[in-house]
Amino acid sequence: MSRLGQMRHLGLFVAIGLLVIVGLITKPDNFATTSNVVSMLSLAATIGVITVGATFVIIGGGIDLSVGAIMALASVWATTLATQEFGPFVMAVCAILVGTGAGLVNGLLVAYGRLVPFIATLAMLVAARGLAQRMSDRKTQLIQTGNSAIVELSTTRLLGIPLLVYVFALVVVLGWILLNRTTFGRRTYAVGGNPEAARLAGIDVRRHTMLLYALSGLCCGIAAILIMARTTTGSSTHGDLYELDAIAAVIIGGTLLTGGRGTIIGSILGLLIFTLITNLFILNGLNTSDQLIAKGLIIVVAVLLQRRNLKEIR
Amino acid sequence: MLVMRGIVKQFPGVRALDGVDLDVRAGEVHCLLGQNGAGKSTLIKVLAGVHRPDEGTIEFNGAPVSPGSPNDAIRLGFATIYQELDLVDGLSVAENIFLGHEHARLGFVRRAAGNRGAREVLARLGHPEIRPSAEVGRLSPAAKQVVSMARALSHDARLIIMDEPSAALAHDEVANLFRIIRELTAQGVAVVYISHRLEEIREIGDRVTVLKDGRTVAVGLPARDTPTSQIVSLMTGRNVEYVFPPRASRRPGDEVLRVEDLTSPGAFAGVTLSVRAGEIVGLAGLVGSGRSEILEAVYGARPATGQVVLAGERLRRGGVVRAVRRGMGLAPEERKAQALLLDQSVTANITLGSLPEFARFGWIDRARERAEATRLVEALDIRPPAPERPIKTLSGGNQQKAVLARWLLGGRKLLLLDEPTRGVDVGARADLYAVIRGLAEQGIGVLLVSSEVPEVLGLADRVLVLREGSVIHQGAAEDLDEHRVLDMIMEGRAA
Ligand SMILES: Nc1ncnc2c1ncn2[C@@H]1O[C@H](COP(=O)(O)OP(=O)(O)OP(=O)(O)O)[C@@H](O)[C@H]1O
Ligand SMILES: [Mg+2]
Repeated sequence: MSRLGQMRHLGLFVAIGLLVIVGLITKPDNFATTSNVVSMLSLAATIGVITVGATFVIIGGGIDLSVGAIMALASVWATTLATQEFGPFVMAVCAILVGTGAGLVNGLLVAYGRLVPFIATLAMLVAARGLAQRMSDRKTQLIQTGNSAIVELSTTRLLGIPLLVYVFALVVVLGWILLNRTTFGRRTYAVGGNPEAARLAGIDVRRHTMLLYALSGLCCGIAAILIMARTTTGSSTHGDLYELDAIAAVIIGGTLLTGGRGTIIGSILGLLIFTLITNLFILNGLNTSDQLIAKGLIIVVAVLLQRRNLKEIR
Repeated sequence: MLVMRGIVKQFPGVRALDGVDLDVRAGEVHCLLGQNGAGKSTLIKVLAGVHRPDEGTIEFNGAPVSPGSPNDAIRLGFATIYQELDLVDGLSVAENIFLGHEHARLGFVRRAAGNRGAREVLARLGHPEIRPSAEVGRLSPAAKQVVSMARALSHDARLIIMDEPSAALAHDEVANLFRIIRELTAQGVAVVYISHRLEEIREIGDRVTVLKDGRTVAVGLPARDTPTSQIVSLMTGRNVEYVFPPRASRRPGDEVLRVEDLTSPGAFAGVTLSVRAGEIVGLAGLVGSGRSEILEAVYGARPATGQVVLAGERLRRGGVVRAVRRGMGLAPEERKAQALLLDQSVTANITLGSLPEFARFGWIDRARERAEATRLVEALDIRPPAPERPIKTLSGGNQQKAVLARWLLGGRKLLLLDEPTRGVDVGARADLYAVIRGLAEQGIGVLLVSSEVPEVLGLADRVLVLREGSVIHQGAAEDLDEHRVLDMIMEGRAA
C-alpha cells in the first residue's frame, strides 16, 4: 500500500517537475524568481488550508461545496466595524468561530438531518454567501490601520517567505498527523470506506461525520484569516469557486470521491499542480479561458491514470 | 471439455497460482479443494476473465481460449458465482439477474419481460417468494446468494463455476442447490464446485482436484470414495482431526447477558435467553428464523423492544457505540458488507473495534498496534502473515479470520459470532474452534449462530432452537443430536 501510494505521488511529482521545466523554458527570467515563487505560495496557502479540510470530508465519504462561501462569510463577519473594535485577535477568533459554526451546521444537517451532503452544503453555499452580502451590504470591508497585525501575516517575512505560508504549512502538518496518527483519522477512513462496518465496530458514525464538516468549517475560518491578510479586506466575493479548486485538488491527489481512500500529501501536490498552471498561464499572458480548459483536462487525465493504478492492485 | 494447463498468476509479492492443471468433463461436478489461500478463487477468476494468467493455456472443447474480460468468459459459455457477492445493492432483483444482458429493445429496457424472466429463474431455484422488483440491498444474505445463482443460470452457460455457493445457505437450501446442479449436469452442463464442507463434496461431487499453495497436488480423485484423511492431508500437508475442543472444565460463572422478551416485528418475538461467563450458547435455525436479527438487536444495531442486560447493567436501546464500550463485540455474517474496510491494512481492520485501547488522547501507538495485530495474525494463522497488506488481497477464509481477530482485542465480556467459520478451511476451522473455546475458558460469554448444525452442537454448551422467530427449544447441547435439531427447525416439532 505505502509503496503504491508513493508511486502514485511519484506521478504527481513528475507532473510538477514537468510544469516547472515548462516554466523555466518559457519564462526563464520571471518564473524562478523569489517574488514569483512567493506569490504562488501565498496564493496556494488560502485554498491549501481549505483543501486540507476538504480532504477529510471526502475521505469520510462526503463532499463540502460550501467552503468558499463559508470563508467569505467568516471574512466579512471578522471585518465588520463591530468586530474590528475588539482588535485583531478577536477578529481572528471570530473568523474561526464563524467558520467552525457554519461547518457544524453542515455536519448536523448531513449527520443527523440525513440530508445528502451535496444538497446540505449546496444550501449552505447559497445561504452563507447571502448572509455575507447582507452583513457587508455588498461592500468590501477594509481592515482598519489599528488592526494591521492581521495584514502582517502577509507582509512580514521570515527567511523571505510571508508568515501566512508558514500557517499553511502548519495546517498541512497538523492535518497529516490528525489523519495518519490518530484515532480520528483512522475513523475517517473507516466511516468513508464502509459506514456499516464502522458502525458495527462501535464507531459513532454520525458524530464523526458531523465533526468532519466542522473540521472543514474550521479550515475555512483559518483560510478567511489568510485571505484577509492578503487582500486587507473582508468581502462577500472572496473565495468564489474555491470549492471547485479544492475538490479538484483532492481528486488529482488521488482521493476517491466515494470515500475511504486518499492522502493529504496527494491533495497538496494536486493543489500545487493547479497553482503552477495558473501561474504559467498568467506569466505567458494566455487567457483565463484556456487556463480553465487546461485544468479540466488535467482533472480527467489524473482520474484516468488513477483508475489504471486501482486496477493493478485489485 | 475444459482443460487448463500450467496456469501461473503472480500478484505483487505473492505467486497465487504456480502451475495449476484442471481438467473438467461435460456433465460432471468437479470439486476444487484446498486450504484458505490455496488459490481456488484466483483460478476461477482466471477462467471468468477477471484475472489474466501470466502463463499457461486454457482449452475449451478442444480450442484454445483466453477470456480477457468477464464478458468474454460469458460469451464462451462460462458463468460464475463469486465467493464475494457482486450484486448491485441499489438495483432490483430482476435488474441484477439480467445485468449486462437486459431484455431490451432499441436500448429501452423491457421491464415486464425482465421481471417475468426473473420470476421463472427464481421459481426454478425454488424461491418464488423473492420478488423480482425487490431492491437487492434489502434482501438477506441467503436471498442474495440465490439471486446471484439466478444470475448465473440466466446465461445459457455450458460451464458454471461456483465459489463457495453454500457458505451463505442453510441446510435445506443446500439441498435445493444440489437439485439444480443435478438438473444442470443432466443437460451436459459442467459445474466447478468449491466448498470447504467435505460432506457436500461427497454428496454432489464426481471428481476432485486438490490445490495446495498454488499448485495442483491431486487431479481427478473420485469424490465419493477418496478417504477424508487422504484429502485433508493432501490439502494441508498434515493430519488434522476434524474435532471440537472438549467442553469447559469449569462451571459457567455469573450471567453476562440476559435478554428478556426481545421482539422485533417481522423478525422475531418474545425471545428470552441468557449467557453466562465462560459459556457458549448456540442459536440453531434456518435462514430467516431470526438468528442474525437477534444478534443485531442484542448489539443495539436493530430496533427492538424488550430488555438487554449486560453484566447486570441494563442497556438502553439503539446504541452499538454503547454496547461496544460496555464490552460486546459482533462478528457479522457478511464480512465484505458489514465488517471489512477492504482498502485498509489487515492491522487497521483488526484494531478497528478497539482503537481507544491503542491510543492516548487520540494518538495511536502504532508500534503497539502492530505488535498486537501481528500476534493475532500468528495466533489465527492468517496467511500471508503480513499485517500491513491491504485486506482485500487476502483470500476469503483469511479475511474471515481477521474479522474474528477484531474482537479478540479489547477485553470483551460477550461476543456475538454470526457464522464465524464461514469460508474457513477444514484445518483452520479446528483451530478457530479451539480459539473460541479458549475465549470461553477465559470467562467470556459467547452467543453463536451457525447454519451448520454440527458446528452448533459441537461447539456450544447450550443450544436454542429457533423457528420463525421464536425459540422452540432450549437445552444442553449434549442432549441433542443433529437429526433431532434438523427435525425441530424444519418441522417445528419441539423435542
Ligand atoms: N488481488 C490480489 N493481490 C494480491 N494477492 C492476492 C490477490 N488476490 C488473492 N491474492 C493472494 O493469492 C492467494 C490465493 O488466494 P485465493 O483467494 O485464490 O484463495 P482461495 O483458495 O480461494 O482461499 P479461500 O478458501 O480462503 O477462499 C492468497 O495468498 C491471497 O492472499
Ligand atoms: Mg476463495
